[in-house]
Amino acid sequence: MNFLILTVIKAAVVAFVLLTALAYLQWLERKVLAHIQLRVGPNRVGPHGLLQPLADVVKLITKEDMMPSHVNSFFWFLAPFIAVMFALIPIAVIPFGTELNLPTLDLGPIHLPAIRTAMQLTDLNMGVLFILGISGMGVYAVALAGWSSNNKYSLLGGLRSSAQMISYELPMAMAIATPLLFLNTLSFRGIVDGQAGYFFGFVPKWIIFQGFPFNIISFLLFMVAAFAETNRVPFDLPEAENELVAGFHTEYGSMKFAAFFMAEYCNMVTVSCVATLLYLGGWHPIFPNALGSGFIPAIIFLGFGVISFMHAARPARPFDRITLPVVGVVAFVHAAAFGIGALLVMKPDLAQGSPVLQWVASLANAIMPIVWFTGKVISILFVYIWVRGTLPRFRYDQLMSFAWTFMFPIAVVNLFIVGLYVALFG
Amino acid sequence: MDALLFMIFAAIAVVCGISLVIQKHPISSALSLIGVMAALAALYLLLGGEFIAAAQLIVYAGAIMVLFVFVIMLLNAGTEKRGRRMLANYADLPILLLFLGIVAAFIANRMPPTEQVIFGNFKGGTALDIGRALFTTYLLPFEVTSILILIAILGAIVLARKEID
Repeated sequence: MNFLILTVIKAAVVAFVLLTALAYLQWLERKVLAHIQLRVGPNRVGPHGLLQPLADVVKLITKEDMMPSHVNSFFWFLAPFIAVMFALIPIAVIPFGTELNLPTLDLGPIHLPAIRTAMQLTDLNMGVLFILGISGMGVYAVALAGWSSNNKYSLLGGLRSSAQMISYELPMAMAIATPLLFLNTLSFRGIVDGQAGYFFGFVPKWIIFQGFPFNIISFLLFMVAAFAETNRVPFDLPEAENELVAGFHTEYGSMKFAAFFMAEYCNMVTVSCVATLLYLGGWHPIFPNALGSGFIPAIIFLGFGVISFMHAARPARPFDRITLPVVGVVAFVHAAAFGIGALLVMKPDLAQGSPVLQWVASLANAIMPIVWFTGKVISILFVYIWVRGTLPRFRYDQLMSFAWTFMFPIAVVNLFIVGLYVALFG
Repeated sequence: MDALLFMIFAAIAVVCGISLVIQKHPISSALSLIGVMAALAALYLLLGGEFIAAAQLIVYAGAIMVLFVFVIMLLNAGTEKRGRRMLANYADLPILLLFLGIVAAFIANRMPPTEQVIFGNFKGGTALDIGRALFTTYLLPFEVTSILILIAILGAIVLARKEID
């Protein structure tokens, strides 16, 4: 298929999925936080509050967009745009899976052309550096928003953000250098390919399982620095609500406020993707496909369906008797689809002679890696939310001394030792 | 395509550079400087120096300019006030034009018009090539520069610290 059309389709799919995921990430966060704090969370709009993101979007768009009279209007308008722009760009270099390689398929009236494309918008030779560079620019949005709002709380938020970003970028870059020393490449696809295979046939060769314990230290350093870079609890001093009202976005409302929110969640997704790619083996399953790792999504859907039917047998509300079996059947259909796909991936000779089965097998070959990748990213995002529900906020001097007197020396020593190790045995 | 991209990014760099000088507010000037640096990064990329482009973005546009902006915000520097310009103040314009003319003439003299810049033709801009060059061929200059920067940092600390009696 035409490269240009394919790229446009891929960009549209990635943008749609990402923006939807951002909206639902917020739902997930509210739900998980609520359960951590023994509350129910959003449950009014749709079942379990599943339509809440939609309602929030409608609310944010239709709100009055006010501009305070005392702001520096040009930079005040510019800041949300910068925030969203530099949050969305890094997604372009992140690979979500191996590649889609569909053969042509003739089904009477339907003719499907052969498609071959990488599950990624673009693969740069220096993808890691690109992400570091672009996400470093995101701080200008916070700094500008704080400064142009022209009040002291916002200004303090912006100042804190810039100081925090500079401080934590250093340990983060040093932590990232450790896996790069092992893998010898800066392209994300090369990084994931370098983590393929298994020790003793079942322990994956992910970076955190290599070079014990230095890569685990590096992973922890990276995650702590990533929390700080994305301004999340316990490092959310730029918007500390008990000190600074709402910090840098105090003066923003309506869609401009939503833009900052979106950028924050998008940065979380980007950082989780980078952590998955660099340390957790990208799309490589946790145990080999030959041992049946491909069946895990099918088993999850199966369990989901069974639980739905169990609850339908003892309905809490009258309409559960109808809705839950429907959910269960949908889950069973998904389980069957994933099961067939996993079987065809595991035993390719089953598809011999049938073009339809071969087409399904090649589709499954492209989708299974994405399932693993997404699963890992969602796990890291869950940790983000978990930490937010658990830890209190740092004080500002603690934040700075933690970066400079604890993380930075550890990162330097860690990098030295790994460099020595790679030079001697690598 | 390459030439078109060069035109676009060169124009951005020049416009941001002019804006840097004529803006009255320090924050606007700092942001214009970021624009210049980002455009330069794009130009490096067009020439095939991908590592330099990324380093430009991370170090200059990302880290150093954040410090600049931080300091400007911290000092809360206000809009620059300019006095009335007398006719004599415009005397710098012809000098500037003369200087630009000399530079242009020099470049036109040195570079014959038949020689063309070929975009992306330069091989050796990857991180691998640069690392190899820095740590083998140019190891001594590299280390000497590092020590120079270290001395500069120490000097800054000595100058800036408070006197302890």
